[in-house]
Parts: sequence; structure tokens; C-alpha cells
Amino acid sequence: MDEDADLIDRLRAGDESAFVDLLGRYQARLLRLAQATVGSRAVAEEVTQDTWLAVMRGIERFEGRSSFKTWLFRVLLNRAHSAASRERRAGRPEQDVVERFDAAGHWAAPPVPWSDQVDDRLVASELAARVQSLLPQLPDAQREVLILRDIEHVEADQVAAMLGISDGNQRVLLHRGRTRLRALLTDEMGVNR
Amino acid sequence: MIRRWVRRRALVCRQAVALMSDYIDGVLDERDHARLDQHLAGCPHCTEYLAQLRATIDALGHAEPEDLSDEALDELVMLYRQCRTG
Repeated sequence: MDEDADLIDRLRAGDESAFVDLLGRYQARLLRLAQATVGSRAVAEEVTQDTWLAVMRGIERFEGRSSFKTWLFRVLLNRAHSAASRERRAGRPEQDVVERFDAAGHWAAPPVPWSDQVDDRLVASELAARVQSLLPQLPDAQREVLILRDIEHVEADQVAAMLGISDGNQRVLLHRGRTRLRALLTDEMGVNR
Repeated sequence: MIRRWVRRRALVCRQAVALMSDYIDGVLDERDHARLDQHLAGCPHCTEYLAQLRATIDALGHAEPEDLSDEALDELVMLYRQCRTG
């Protein structure tokens, strides 16, 4: 059962409060995802506006074959990708993963335990806030996949379809994004990797 | 033949790290899952790394989007009304 089914029914019936509830549920998340794709806040706001217009005009055609959330994110990403190519953003280079191994594949610089830092300096909510603030430092493709998979919990096959990439590529981007974010968090905590 | 032999060898840390996202997501095939379990049992560094990766993913799951201003939401409601009447 789609968690938004009731709101969708009410939206179709012209109930403004359903639209307001959907805004409350999704607008901030749409803006985060759009900004991850297009970079600029102003362009991201335009993209979310266009997305809601498309929802209002297209809700009758939404057949519920995917969840409303998946459909909404797909509508947004189509617009965000068009906007991003219009803006021709200078992409960040896709640097490779950051761990250090010796020639035999063993750790050259083993990970330093976080436990003390996490317990003493970072409560869980602060860790979440830090992770979010570090997201802009990831390459674009990794950031999109990370938001969809680990923040929005969209299924892997749907993420691959939304982004027009293979499942294998989606998994590589997810892994690279996670490992890079782990490294950035480690740097933030002031410990050596 | 050589490739088959290499694939059967125990994992080194670099290979273990490369498998960790799939391991966490439960999409690793049975054989690689067992090889990674075996590696983790004897490697405290990779065990620590896996814990940090899990903590990173857990933190992402709790990342809240920033609050929006009432004005920003009001603009979208105005858009809705225009669309309904227009």
C-alpha cells in the first residue's frame, strides 16, 4: 500500500489541504535532491516548482505502478537533469576511492577507530548533520545515488532506472559515495584515516 | 585457470573493502559473503572499517532536510491555486 494513497485520492478530488500535506512531506526532500543535481539553490527551487506543476497536471495519469514517492522523484530528476545540462555545470572529477593499501592489498594506513570520537564528540544527531553538510563534497553522480538509496531508501533497481544507469554502475557509485563520505567524516573528526 | 585459482584465494583487505557495500545491502553472492566473513574474523582493521561504513550509512538515514520558510511553501500553494483556476 502506497503510504501516500490517501493524499493522492484527496489531491485528485481537488483538496488543497492534501497538496499542502504533500508539500510538507516532500518539498524539502525534493529541494535537497534537486540541489544535489543542479548545484544552484535558485535553479533547484525552479526545478521543484516545475515538478509540482507536473504533479498537478499529471496526477490523473499517475497509475500507481510505482509508489508516488518514486514517481515524484523521477519527475524531479528528469527536470533536474535537463536543467543541469542547460547550466552545463562544471562537474567535479570522479576521483577514485581514498583508502590506502600497499602493493599486496593490505592496509598501508589502517582506519583509526571512531568509537572515542563518536562517543565523546559526536552524538548521533550531530553525525547525521555532519554527513549532510559533507554531501556537497561528493562527485555529483555519487551524491545522487547516495541520497536516493541511503537517505530516501529508494530500491536499487528503481534508482538505476531513474538515473538511466546500469545496476552495476549504481552499486559502484553507491560504494564510492559511502567510502568517500566515511573518509570525509574521519577528516572532520580530526583523526587520521 | 589462473583466474579461477585467484578467485579461490582468501581476500586481501583491498578486496574486502570493495565488497562491503554489497555485503551491508545483502546483495553479495553466497561465496563472496563467506569469504568476507572469513576475512573479517581475522582482520580488526577491516572490521573497524565496516563498522564505520555502517555508521556513515546510519547517519545518512537520519539526515533531515533543512526546514523551509512559510513563504516558500506559500508560493507553491499559490501555484496550486493558479493551476486549479487556470
